[in-house]
Amino acid sequence: MTELAQRKIMTAGEGGLALIFAVMVLVCLIGAAKAEDVAFTFHAYLAAAASGAAVLAIFNRYYDRPATPPPQEIGGKPNYHFGPVKLAAALSVFWGIAGFLVGLWAALELAWPALNFDLPWVNFGRIRPLHTSAVIFAFGGNVLIATSFYVVQRTCRVRIAGELAPWFVVLGYNFFIVIAGTGYLLGVTQSKEYAEPEWYADLWLTVVWVVYLLVFLGTLIKRKEPHIFVANWFYLAFIVTIAVLHLGNNPALPVSVFGSKSYIAWGGLQDAMLQWWYGHNAVGFFLTAGFLGIMYYFVPKRVERPIYSYRLSIVHFWSLIFLYIWAGPHHLHYTALPDWAQTLGMTFSVMLWMPSWGGMINGLMTLSGAWDKLRTDPVLRMLVVSVAFYGMATFEGPMMSIKIVNSLSHYTDWTIGHVHSGALGWVGFVSFGAIYCLVPWLWERKQLYSLKLVNWHFWIATIGIVFYVSAMWVSGILQGLMWRAYTSLGFLEYSFIETVEAMHPFYVIRAMGGALFVAGALIMAYNLWMTVRHGEAISASPRAALQPAE
Amino acid sequence: MSILARHHTLERNSILLAIGILLVIAVGGIVEITPLFYLKSTIEKVEGMRPYTPLELAGRNIYVREGCYLCHSQMIRPLRDEVERYGHYSLAAESMYDHPFQWGSKRTGPDLARVGAKYSDEWHVTHLIAPRSIVPQSVMPGYPFLADTDLDYHDIAAHLKTSRTVGVPYSDDQIEHAVADLRAQANPDDSGADDFLKRYPRANLRDFDGKSGRLTEMDALVAYLQVLGTLVDFKLYDDKADLR
Repeated sequence: MTELAQRKIMTAGEGGLALIFAVMVLVCLIGAAKAEDVAFTFHAYLAAAASGAAVLAIFNRYYDRPATPPPQEIGGKPNYHFGPVKLAAALSVFWGIAGFLVGLWAALELAWPALNFDLPWVNFGRIRPLHTSAVIFAFGGNVLIATSFYVVQRTCRVRIAGELAPWFVVLGYNFFIVIAGTGYLLGVTQSKEYAEPEWYADLWLTVVWVVYLLVFLGTLIKRKEPHIFVANWFYLAFIVTIAVLHLGNNPALPVSVFGSKSYIAWGGLQDAMLQWWYGHNAVGFFLTAGFLGIMYYFVPKRVERPIYSYRLSIVHFWSLIFLYIWAGPHHLHYTALPDWAQTLGMTFSVMLWMPSWGGMINGLMTLSGAWDKLRTDPVLRMLVVSVAFYGMATFEGPMMSIKIVNSLSHYTDWTIGHVHSGALGWVGFVSFGAIYCLVPWLWERKQLYSLKLVNWHFWIATIGIVFYVSAMWVSGILQGLMWRAYTSLGFLEYSFIETVEAMHPFYVIRAMGGALFVAGALIMAYNLWMTVRHGEAISASPRAALQPAE
Repeated sequence: MSILARHHTLERNSILLAIGILLVIAVGGIVEITPLFYLKSTIEKVEGMRPYTPLELAGRNIYVREGCYLCHSQMIRPLRDEVERYGHYSLAAESMYDHPFQWGSKRTGPDLARVGAKYSDEWHVTHLIAPRSIVPQSVMPGYPFLADTDLDYHDIAAHLKTSRTVGVPYSDDQIEHAVADLRAQANPDDSGADDFLKRYPRANLRDFDGKSGRLTEMDALVAYLQVLGTLVDFKLYDDKADLR
């Protein structure tokens, strides 16, 4: 064995990273000792422990690994690095269920406020950001990291760039999630929706995100295919734009470097505009562009057909990312934001309908000649229905951005319904579809444990979405109309609390819908668990070239 | 050769592709955001606006901490029913010292932009402790712990100072006496009350939570709620002044 003859040396990456984390342990312990508040102490200890664990893990990995770095290719086939992908996929299922459950809890609190228990840690105001961050960033984020790391390797036919870096991205990102989530429960928030984490979590995320970009770009650069596959354009746009948005929306000055509280650099109107420039494009680039990347790989793969139109991909990619950025002001209609900005936001939101449907058409028409597969393959059905939900939500969004419609819908549950038809129907289903594809591929199983259970998941979750969305449509429009109702004598007809009272039955129905969605996700988790544990392994296939998980 | 054919160049070069993406997404933000930092209507100055007192700022931080903005907006739109229900529509200037802004996006509860001076302190305290004791149909969580938690204000001067760095015009005097002012505002008998009123003319000065001798988070939150929307006198406000 030549490997044994070679002396094992720690790489610069391993040594450097271990050193950085060792310094981090020290810095965090100092932070914990000098902390101004309890939450900061807790987070500093958590970070110290995580950094210590990172040092141990790096050394442990060093002692276990062979002297030579893993080969880029084995037998002429790329030696893919799927360990971090597996971890991110597993974590996405875990966070998904956690996030759905917290959402269900929040829905129940609105129906029965006694469930707040008069406690700080579980009141609606702290639970709600926990829910949104858990589903968007923890569930959605891990799905995006898992699929992007998988797709970029496969479509570039090359092993991912870096050895420790992909692990750092997955673990570092999930550590950010833990800091953010525990922070909300302890009351640490900068109150900017979908950007609630405080300054130190933001700084950490920045580091992780830069490494994510470098790993992704590095893999693209060393690709063996001449062209960059379309899914990767979307992933790249997602990674680049989220970095810009994160930096633009979050510059904050901490009161003390040993405390959790900070004040944001922007104030009042400017802060509002930057927030919704960020907020709307978190939808546009995190929840849309990234997941379109998933659609462009997994739908053609599952249906075994090429993408419907290459030209449409080009046109809809560039127009989508160009137009989306402008749409933010539609969250601020009739506010103190100048009219011209509102009108611009509305105009571009309406135009956005076209590239959005371009993407939908490209996804749906990929099934041309293979529509019959919808009958037999519930995973494909999930993927296709997700694209249909995408089409519905991207029609509803432009409609709601029209000022006169918005004057009714804004501040009401209609917005919540709209978000969830996109989040549960599009993001949820496309993620589930991708995970159902990924798990057998990654763990080298012949197929899923049970397609029947996928079918159950699909129908239970679909009924849940229908309950959820229609309840919110009715309650939103009802409340909007009640707020503006006048009596024949010219007085406001309803007091505010009467409109709150009218919401109760819809809040109960919404919670039921949410419970069904959670039930579907639990079925999925069981199915995936059984696939990994008891699924029939692929034996002696050409994929044996894969390196086992590290 | 069509423009679509030229796309090959971008598809074959990941760095060019990344730069292309960056340029394309930069346009919208630049056009919509930069003017907001110099247009007169967005940076108008309106008579009566002042930075929050230290106690109000501490209360505002509790409002943020508990996520009140998730159910209560602070932005009245110029629509007939809203103006009749909540009062004069909100001006950009009224949130100029808000870091971060609290306009909100959802009204599970009513708008709070002008809730100040609408209800008594006692109403707020009772309502915050047990909302359904006053409004039986309410779905608001109860916050009894605010009344039992002493306000932590040891670093309030640093809060004012940080706010000043990000653009809130606190004076040296206000920063230096932040702790004294915070105590004075919740205690009319405090020896620093007169000085406090000199630094923050016409500010509310009273024992907000009705528990004399104890400065709680409830004091701070109610002080904040009671100042909301009360600073601008709309009898004097000239709505044409900042048009152009």
